[in-house]
Amino acid sequence: MTSGITLEIPAKAEYLSLVRAVVVSAAALDPAVEDQRLEDLRLAVSEATTNAIRSHANLGSEERITIRCGLTDDRIEVEVQDRGPGFNPEKLEPAGPLDQPGRLSYEGGFGIPLMRVLADEIKINSADEGTTVQLVVYTPPATDSPSAPSP
Amino acid sequence: MLGITEEFHNNWVTLQINGEIDMATGPELRQRIVQYVQDGHMNIVLDLTNVDFVDSTGLGVLIGGLKRTRSHGGDLRCIGLTEPLKEMFKLTGLDTVLTQEDK
Repeated sequence: MTSGITLEIPAKAEYLSLVRAVVVSAAALDPAVEDQRLEDLRLAVSEATTNAIRSHANLGSEERITIRCGLTDDRIEVEVQDRGPGFNPEKLEPAGPLDQPGRLSYEGGFGIPLMRVLADEIKINSADEGTTVQLVVYTPPATDSPSAPSP
Repeated sequence: MLGITEEFHNNWVTLQINGEIDMATGPELRQRIVQYVQDGHMNIVLDLTNVDFVDSTGLGVLIGGLKRTRSHGGDLRCIGLTEPLKEMFKLTGLDTVLTQEDK
């Protein structure tokens, strides 16, 4: 069984906390999801939505970002879709560890690596007309309801 | 919306922060840190007891603050990290460069 929600937001940073709250609340409808996985999802969704908002920097405010969150028996799927200019995820160069000399001079480069660590699956489809990031977090199987007592 | 209260002790300023540090609120914290350093307060403690969420934008603000204070002979430290924040610092390697202390 699949259930889910769709959010459309203006590309403005002040909507980030709303997106996090809604997606995590939706995911928490599955009582089997552990708190740690909800925290993973909260951060991963925030990173994906932040990147989407940044990608809209040169677009009109009418262009919306779409966030879909679906729950199935074994997973939570979140899709963040923007309409900004795309990028080639294969060409992203790792920023390197923070204790590397000179690394502190660059404050970015954490978003996509964090998403890769936090989500169980991530797919990035990017083209000139926009980017879709799909995040999947596996959920434990629902425990069977206790069987009826034997007579 | 980020709540920031300041407290001066010896040559350290402690900022108690309330809220979430992300793309919406990070610029405000960044500006405050820049201003303290400009005013000669190069040693800054961020009390994150009441911060339950920091994303990579917030992380960038901390890294920027660390770089700025150290380049002026000071330091930036964090206290009161919640478990999710400790985990995030570990994941990104921030724990290797930024001093964290318990309260």
